[in-house]
Amino acid sequence: MLFERTLRTAALATAVATLACSSALAQKKYDTGASDTEIKIGNIMPYSGPASAYGIIGKTEEAYFKMINDKGGINGRKVNFITYDDAYSPPKAVEQVRKLVESDEVLAVYNPLGTPSNTAIQKYLNAKKIPQLFVATGATKWNDPKNFPWTMGWQPSYQSEAQIYAKWLMKEKPNAKIAILYQNDDFGKDYLKGTKDGLGAKASSMIIMEESYEISEPSIDGHIVKIKAANPDVLLIYTTPKFAAQTIKKTAELNWKPLQILTNVSISVGSVMKPAGFEASQNVLSAAYAKDSTDPQWNNDPGMKKWNEFVDKYLPGADKTDTGMVYGYGAASTLAKVLEMCGDDLTRANLMKQAASLKDFVPDTLLPGVKINTSATDFAPIAQLQMQRFKGEKWELFGEIISGDVASE
Amino acid sequence: MSAAEEVVAEGHEAVEAVPKRAMTLGTGTSLVVLAALLIAPVFVKNFIIFQMTMLLIYGLAVLALNILTGGSGQFSLGQSAFYAVGAYTTAVLMEQFNVNYALTLPISGVVCFAFGFLFGQPALRLSGVYLALATFALATAMPQLLKLNFLEHWTGGVQGLVVTKPDAPFGLPMSQDMWLYYFTLVVTLAIYIFSVNLLRSRSGRAFMAIRDNEIAASAMGVDVALYKTLAFGVSAAITGIAGSLGAIAVQFVAPDSYTITLAISLFLGMVVGGVGWLPGSIVGAAFIIFVPNIAEGISKGLSGAVFGVLLFLVIYLVPHGARQVAILGQQIAGKLRKS
Repeated sequence: MLFERTLRTAALATAVATLACSSALAQKKYDTGASDTEIKIGNIMPYSGPASAYGIIGKTEEAYFKMINDKGGINGRKVNFITYDDAYSPPKAVEQVRKLVESDEVLAVYNPLGTPSNTAIQKYLNAKKIPQLFVATGATKWNDPKNFPWTMGWQPSYQSEAQIYAKWLMKEKPNAKIAILYQNDDFGKDYLKGTKDGLGAKASSMIIMEESYEISEPSIDGHIVKIKAANPDVLLIYTTPKFAAQTIKKTAELNWKPLQILTNVSISVGSVMKPAGFEASQNVLSAAYAKDSTDPQWNNDPGMKKWNEFVDKYLPGADKTDTGMVYGYGAASTLAKVLEMCGDDLTRANLMKQAASLKDFVPDTLLPGVKINTSATDFAPIAQLQMQRFKGEKWELFGEIISGDVASE
Repeated sequence: MSAAEEVVAEGHEAVEAVPKRAMTLGTGTSLVVLAALLIAPVFVKNFIIFQMTMLLIYGLAVLALNILTGGSGQFSLGQSAFYAVGAYTTAVLMEQFNVNYALTLPISGVVCFAFGFLFGQPALRLSGVYLALATFALATAMPQLLKLNFLEHWTGGVQGLVVTKPDAPFGLPMSQDMWLYYFTLVVTLAIYIFSVNLLRSRSGRAFMAIRDNEIAASAMGVDVALYKTLAFGVSAAITGIAGSLGAIAVQFVAPDSYTITLAISLFLGMVVGGVGWLPGSIVGAAFIIFVPNIAEGISKGLSGAVFGVLLFLVIYLVPHGARQVAILGQQIAGKLRKS
């Protein structure tokens, strides 16, 4: 009898102990790269090479996590942000990402920059089930949870932005004669495709000219003259900043005043509109999702005040007109939010699960009304933009926030 | 005219005459290096194996340039173009036509040989810096050519092509990385032995005769035009095979992977390894792979400057590259043996 009771008690004790243990385990779960004290996040950026201007994004993110750590980290854990140079070269990107995963043993690879570099590492990371989180490229293919459940974008895709312009044109100027100037690479071609998809059946009748240029051309004046000869009344400018400034300037010089729509990539007041000339830039249209650091209308905005304080303290001496710092701040705060949501379950699967459950998250640097939303079937965090018009020396937002979600092919 | 001649003469002086025996390692040393390359992967992580694979691949590409410059005395800053053609040949054959990866190597070798041989024809009229400039143009043009619309159907245009990494055959208990490493090692060894033999053969002697004095060589009956284009062809073929292996190892090809930066890196690797000294190719490859990483570790913002300083130190202290270090080592070893 006594023995039986002892046995029963022992069994009960064991059961309780087991339960207690497993509940403790359920509270804290870790994959490689996370522990009680630290979360290791890997990143690659072009600090050298042809795209080194983007390196500032990596530096901003590094500084952001330093700020987070100074404030005590995320749920008591410090973020160890390891960032390497890939020189915008895909083979180097593969080498550096493998180093991050296999040698530094990071929890996730976050915000790697550039479409070629990301394409090169996507298969590897998905095969190893390592998050490739918030990639820094606007290509549409990153929103593909079915085939690549470990890859997620961040910024609005180029195609969805182009669709917004197309929708706007169909509504406001249904009889427009459209000319498209685009850069002859994946960036420009994504815009071209988005525009055509957005115009649908009317694309062939509305678009009267498609003109492409190579990024290596010193000036695109010749293309503008050629486009003017075809006499369109709408000019879509799908170019990088340098060429955008040249285009706006040249059309003014030719005394030609078509309706000009500019890609979001080139809306910096400091590096595009000012060099093009404020007078020439009047009434140019575009769309935006983030605040422009050079735009005085945000001087008293609480979010941008926080951003200014951050830049002053953690990136002293940095050039505040650089949009890369606004971008890096927004992207880094999104990751911080997701890590916070993960709580003590810092597994790779949970990281992706939490990243795919963002509801109405608003980083300090996004436009009022633009919210980050994701779900198990929507891996495109930012999909909203607002149309804006250049007036005086700044952009004036108008109309509603437009959603431009594009399903992946 | 005299100015041009001077430059040409200078161009030839830059490539120092290397006696053919001095182009290789002794048997003992070779065996030790081979054993190290064979055993090492068993003890290290997959990532290190991947880096070693890349080391061999870049080693091959530097070796190819070494045959061209060290052997026949012709400069090339266009090796990245041959590398790209090789890589794309393999990627397109594997992904669009489902050809086995091993079979794509000889095909890309043949394609690149033809490409190099044909390019060598007009290049015949040029020498020294002029040849370097012509090949430089080839390297600059290549990424743009790969983006051409009518090729996009096969090459994937700017988006590039993703390549599937092969598994180890016959159910060998090996990771993909390890298998690819040994596969690369076998190919590298075969090409190395071929190259050593080539340079010791009649053709190799013809290359060197042209390098040392073109007029004397033709007086001796060497068909200068033939051997110069042949050197270009062989070099292009080996570079192409290296490109193929690179495409398989990296699992991705895109025009941006094969810019002029790659061509300059390979040239750098050759100089650091020692012009005309074949084993130095591996040392040169190690320099171009690892030194940028070291430079980045020292300072992220100034990695380019740090790399420059390190390179400057190498050129200043050992102007003949790894060959000089090896010779020095041999002399010290010889002295120790005597005493």
